[in-house]
Amino acid sequence: MINAPPGIIFILGALLVPFLRGNIRKAYLLLLPLVAFVDLLYMPHGTNYVFNFIGLDLIFARVDSLSMVFAYVFVIIAFIGNLYALHVKESWQHMTALIYAGSALGVVFAGDLFSLFVFWEIMAIASALLIWSRKTKASLNAGFRYILVHVFGGVCLLAGIALHFSNTGSILFGNIGLDGLDTYLIFLGFIINAAVPPLHAWLVDAYPESTITGTVFLSAFTTKTAVYVLARSFPGTEILIIIGALMTVYPIFYAVIENDIRRVLGYSLINQVGFMITGIGIGTALSINGTVSHAFCHIIYKALLFMSMGSIIHMTGKNKFTDLGGLYKTMPLTSIFCIIGAASISAFPLFSGFISKSMIVTASAEGGMLLIWFLLLFASAGVLHHAGIKVPYFTFFARDSGIRAKEPPLNMLLAMGIAAFLCIFFGIYPNILYDILPYPVDFVPYTTSHVVGQLQLLLFACLGFVVLMITGLHPHEQRAINLDTDWFYRKGARWFMWFINNPLSEFSRLTAQATLNFSLFLLWFSRNPLAALKILLNIEKNREKYPDIPQYLEVVNLNAILTLIFLSICIVVFLLK
Amino acid sequence: MKNKEHPDKQYYFDKPENIRKVKIVFGISIIALFLIDFVIHRHIYISWEELPGFYAIYGFAAYVSLVAIAEILRKFVRRGVDYYD
Repeated sequence: MINAPPGIIFILGALLVPFLRGNIRKAYLLLLPLVAFVDLLYMPHGTNYVFNFIGLDLIFARVDSLSMVFAYVFVIIAFIGNLYALHVKESWQHMTALIYAGSALGVVFAGDLFSLFVFWEIMAIASALLIWSRKTKASLNAGFRYILVHVFGGVCLLAGIALHFSNTGSILFGNIGLDGLDTYLIFLGFIINAAVPPLHAWLVDAYPESTITGTVFLSAFTTKTAVYVLARSFPGTEILIIIGALMTVYPIFYAVIENDIRRVLGYSLINQVGFMITGIGIGTALSINGTVSHAFCHIIYKALLFMSMGSIIHMTGKNKFTDLGGLYKTMPLTSIFCIIGAASISAFPLFSGFISKSMIVTASAEGGMLLIWFLLLFASAGVLHHAGIKVPYFTFFARDSGIRAKEPPLNMLLAMGIAAFLCIFFGIYPNILYDILPYPVDFVPYTTSHVVGQLQLLLFACLGFVVLMITGLHPHEQRAINLDTDWFYRKGARWFMWFINNPLSEFSRLTAQATLNFSLFLLWFSRNPLAALKILLNIEKNREKYPDIPQYLEVVNLNAILTLIFLSICIVVFLLK
Repeated sequence: MKNKEHPDKQYYFDKPENIRKVKIVFGISIIALFLIDFVIHRHIYISWEELPGFYAIYGFAAYVSLVAIAEILRKFVRRGVDYYD
């Protein structure tokens, strides 16, 4: 079993879960990721588990430093997520979460496009099931929209892979580069999973609808596997730089005005993935290192934030900022964990965000990309607003909502504690992470200029918050929703369906009716053409009205008419030949 | 769930002295950070970084403009909670 692809360990291990109960199951859920972690430690670099299938090589274990970093963090977060979800009694949720994690690991280690696609689709299905496991009407609908978008993405990906294979004859998964329709389709399939605006609405729509434990898993895998595959196949693709920069800026406006505590984190997720996409686009060793380390740290601190918000929902039943406030009084530990997560995502020195995100920003500066650098800095201040300040402040502090909820159960506190510990640990000892990055690292995060510059950026942004609060200009939380690009396939789709059901179907009914009427007319005409012509030209009526005037066709014989018709048809057919 | 604690229990930030402490610490760090720009040596990649107080001003301006633009956005996209139902 050692050196088996860890994805298989999770997927097969998931099948055992329904047969275990009570404490044995809890121990098993914690043991499984630990076994996978040990498996990873002994994973030999290179290409293993190659199977020949219809003349093609399926590679299940392509191991190098890029895939290893993602694999490590996926297993770590699977452990934390399982610990957080230990209290969940439904085996179904555990199974789907494990299969989801396992298929994400499968994608990371896939060496060929075919197995990549299979694991990609398993991820989509497992994550949709995870959304549906909340069993509310909203989650059912959100899950349907989620799977619509992901099936579309999957079809694009499959089309691209098929085209790529027919063009190149290879299904090897490596550097593809944007060059031709097949690569555009594959790119589109990856982009959708990375939640690049305008195709991002599925994330902010579906993630807040899942269970509080499910969302922790959801936040970790889909977008980060997309980052991994993009880093593997499209590094240095210039269009990704501007896509990523815009991607960091677009969601932060929505995050400012959002009322749902987990939807804000969804927008925050898109913002952070934007940094990673920019890093992939820049393509230098520093930026790829930055992307990979940022993905590593981000998974942990984003999960921490989702866990703290999930704890609030679990203990208070409320998930809107307008209903919360003052929770630090009875949930001090959760609030501290949330603040640690907030400090990490804002990239305060001594936290994990600082040692990772700054590589990407520095890479853009080194590359002389002035506009990109300004946008990334703007987005960094923006993150401080919605994740660094808004999320912890308006839930745990601000005005007292009167809610006196207790701390969440021990397993949830432990999970958050471990994540918080890791955020600080990597912030203080970044070299442990730097050592496993794909390229050698000569970046030093703790220089005076970096630390001072970052503290200035962050603390003066805080000053902005303080000033706005004092002057009363800071936006209030409002009980409302905000329209995003999913409007087009939600409301827009309704108009489209109305058009199909009403004008369009009426039109098709009329054309069918007209065709039928015409064929009936021909039938009637052909029984006796002479009489039909006479009726059509009102011969009989005219004869009654004007008996003295000779009428058309009076003296013509029926047989003559028939012969005439037949002859003209023959001539037409002869001419057409 | 019976609330076992005293209804008038004072928490950390209920006491005005504590809030004042936080304000003082924050104020001092702000001033110190701004002044430190005139003292330290920076490794410059982009010429804008040389401006004294660049990061400070940019951080403040970015935050305020972010909120301003978001408020404008809100006017366009805000709907009632039952909009999609």
